[in-house]
Amino acid sequence: MDGAEKKRLEEKAKQIRKDTIEMIGRLGVGHIGGSMSLVEILTLLYYREMKVDPQNPRKEDRDKLVLSKGHAGPALYAILADKGFFPREWLLTLNAGGTRLPSHCDMNLTPGIDMTTGSLGQGLSAAIGLALANRIDNREERIFAVIGDGESNEGQIWEAAMAASHYKLNNLIAFTDANKMQIDGYTSDVMDLLDLRAKWESFGWFAQEVDGHDIGALSQALERAKGEKERPSMIVAHTIKGKGCSFAEGVLSNHNMVYDYDQAKEAMAALG
Amino acid sequence: MGMRETYTQELIRLAEKDPRICVLDADLQVGHATKPFQNRFPDRYFNVGVAEANMVGIAAGLSAGGKIPFAETFGCFAARRAFDQFFLSGNYARQHVKLLGSDPGVTAEYNGGTHMPLEDLAMMRVIPNLVIVSPADPAALKGLMEQIAYHPGCVYLRMPRKAEQTVYPDGTEFTLGKAKVLREGKDVTLAATGFVMVPQALKTAELLAARGIEASVLDFHTIKPLDHELLAEYARRTGRVVTMENHQIIGGLGGAVAESLGAHEPTPLLRLGVDERFGQVGTIDFLMDDYGLTAERMIEKIVPFLEKRR
Repeated sequence: MDGAEKKRLEEKAKQIRKDTIEMIGRLGVGHIGGSMSLVEILTLLYYREMKVDPQNPRKEDRDKLVLSKGHAGPALYAILADKGFFPREWLLTLNAGGTRLPSHCDMNLTPGIDMTTGSLGQGLSAAIGLALANRIDNREERIFAVIGDGESNEGQIWEAAMAASHYKLNNLIAFTDANKMQIDGYTSDVMDLLDLRAKWESFGWFAQEVDGHDIGALSQALERAKGEKERPSMIVAHTIKGKGCSFAEGVLSNHNMVYDYDQAKEAMAALG
Repeated sequence: MGMRETYTQELIRLAEKDPRICVLDADLQVGHATKPFQNRFPDRYFNVGVAEANMVGIAAGLSAGGKIPFAETFGCFAARRAFDQFFLSGNYARQHVKLLGSDPGVTAEYNGGTHMPLEDLAMMRVIPNLVIVSPADPAALKGLMEQIAYHPGCVYLRMPRKAEQTVYPDGTEFTLGKAKVLREGKDVTLAATGFVMVPQALKTAELLAARGIEASVLDFHTIKPLDHELLAEYARRTGRVVTMENHQIIGGLGGAVAESLGAHEPTPLLRLGVDERFGQVGTIDFLMDDYGLTAERMIEKIVPFLEKRR
């Protein structure tokens, strides 16, 4: 990735953060912390990596993403709106009755969402199913998944970890948005995950660790993952919960946070 | 041919003409006799190990990827262990996961109380739009498998694995959601479901006939959607209804019939099945007697029920 491309993606990430902060701020409450921490991951995937078609969201030969931490939907909605999957005005309908943009991702409501998620721990299994379906059909398209570090408390994640490596799903590339926080506190206090990279490696994955807010580093890790021929890939992205949202960044209570539009405007201005 | 052999044979028949059919096990391939499917379609068969939640989640992903997945495990695990996965990744996400919960109720026999699903129907029935199928014999299973596969949504299939019996001639046609009339009688309607209880309902009708009581027997091979019309028609015609199920009397067929009659055709109802008890080990004969599921035991309750209402 050259400097200009990196700059382009960083600008996109900034815009996605602003849109996400505004979307939740106009509503008054939402999952700002976990939506901010994975912005660079989603930006890299949707603006550089994934083959998707906003005009034809269910096109068969597309790459797919399962946002297993479904509560980070708002960040993904900002991206999908920007790419033209649906009108930008929809962003202001977050969680309104009858909306197409619910708090947690819903494939039947939102164009561009590839799997319904929300009950933590389930998305990686679904991603395996999608990857197996592609293998059955000899499709080259990849399956991406993003899970949370808090979500990795769920046993089903590790059932899926075993299965993906058993089936040698090199068409599956997953990210852990390791923002070190969960609802009740720091992950190290609530349920210590210890060395996540080592865990995934011991489960048979090609596991890497990167700064999850450094798009260049994420991109290099992704390129290495794409070169892997035998194993599924896990990129443990070290992130900061609430990253880039002035009043939320690193604040323990930022999981599902109450704030108003004035605060949102301040935070958006602070991003420049 | 037993239930599991019929199941696998039908899966292979369907898969021969439809490349979307996939099969998943959770370390119970031996139990469900699905090896022939794996041998024939190795690319479309997945044994995920002892991980039922992951199995159902993967099945949902296969469905989202355009496949028609059939996943098998014991009914206790299908309902209790993988409920959230089936509910959310399967049903809520509007996928097409076909989940077999095997060895329902007393058919779990020596596996005992930990493995004896007497609550799976109650759990599954609350899932919006889920189709629940409980065939009485291999012919019924055979008559329903293609409809199960092509129903546009999730299906829960409840049946024992090993036993053989014949209620219907091979080739009998079945329609999802339409109950079968197995016997006509004017005095009482016996509404039964499943491999264990449909034959007992027929036997009960014989015993009642010997006492001069003529019973109609209905086989609710589909518990959801329930055949409300046929139920109401027979309730009107006979004035009394008895449900028979290898399940708790709460929330399963008895619950469904009570809800339906209450809404459409209020009729005196006797629900027979397991009443506020957990499972236990034993032979099927012991268990059926102990829970009062044999024709002889059921008669003891039906006769006073009918006399009380006369």
